[in-house]
Amino acid sequence: MSEVPMPLWEVFIRARNGLAHKHVGSVHAADAAMALQAARDVYTRRGEGLSIWVVPSTAITASDPAEKDMMFEPTASKIYRHPTFYGVPEDVGNM
Amino acid sequence: MSETCDGAVLAAPLFDYTLRLADTALILGHRLSEWIGHAPVLEEELALGNIALDLIGEARALYSYAGAVEGKGRDEDALAYRRDAGGFRNLLLVEQPNGDFAATIVRQFLFSAFAQPFWRRLAASRDATLAAIAAKSEKEAAYHLRHAGEWLIRLGDGTEESHRRAQTALDELWPYTGELFERDAVEDALIAAGITVDPETLRPEWQKTVAAVLSEATLAAPERAWMQSGGRSGRHSEHLGHLLATMQFLQRAYPGATW
Repeated sequence: MSEVPMPLWEVFIRARNGLAHKHVGSVHAADAAMALQAARDVYTRRGEGLSIWVVPSTAITASDPAEKDMMFEPTASKIYRHPTFYGVPEDVGNM
Repeated sequence: MSETCDGAVLAAPLFDYTLRLADTALILGHRLSEWIGHAPVLEEELALGNIALDLIGEARALYSYAGAVEGKGRDEDALAYRRDAGGFRNLLLVEQPNGDFAATIVRQFLFSAFAQPFWRRLAASRDATLAAIAAKSEKEAAYHLRHAGEWLIRLGDGTEESHRRAQTALDELWPYTGELFERDAVEDALIAAGITVDPETLRPEWQKTVAAVLSEATLAAPERAWMQSGGRSGRHSEHLGHLLATMQFLQRAYPGATW
């Protein structure tokens, strides 16, 4: 008997309306419909979600950890990109 | 039930009937729990455990109600743990051993294809408690049916080996499906009172669901007509005693133990 390993799927769950789907982990499943079931059974046992996406792990293009200096280092010196230099008038309240 | 005279007359069949539903849910739930630590993959370990917990939850609600209807002070634990095999009223189908994964899936599919429309209809019961339990259980059964149905399609229409195992399981479990539609004096009384439905009226939908999935799964329903019977009156296969020996051990060895 030959066994083919089941494909891996990445699971994204949206906890509430208005929030974005968030990556929560992965499951093995033979196809998309079964991946959705597996994601439901593994990741929504405690009322975590209202919506699930499953995506074949092979569909994800990832950045190369070896290039992290080139990719991410240049932003470290640009603190002015953080919106922390502006006073918020008291009347505005919470933003 | 709205009238007390009805209530007094119907208490006995209502207790028997609720106990049948409770026992069926508990025994199937316990069977599925036997997969914990043994499932083929982590995903199914959790899936089968989830279904087991749904069923055990249904059983708890039904046992509590049965105990209240009986009025002799028996709670859910007394009913689940302190009766012997002859006192259990579950369907023979659900006490059948797990076998391989295909057998577990076929058993779940054949049962859930009945349970979902059954709970949907029972949600309109004149008995408010049964109606409430049914409304909750229907959603659970709908997922159980989808889970088992999707698996059965892939097992039947999968490899040569998975097809063979699924067909073998179907042949072995098919004779236990007749009991789903049995009706006796207990049902007669409750059907007349609008508390439950005639199971025969659920057969067309069950047949349709089963035929559609088996067709997609390239599996064939056995043609032989002989059907097993007896679980609903306490005549069980030898498997139930072994199951109860495990399930009831703690309460038998340490009566009243809590934690």
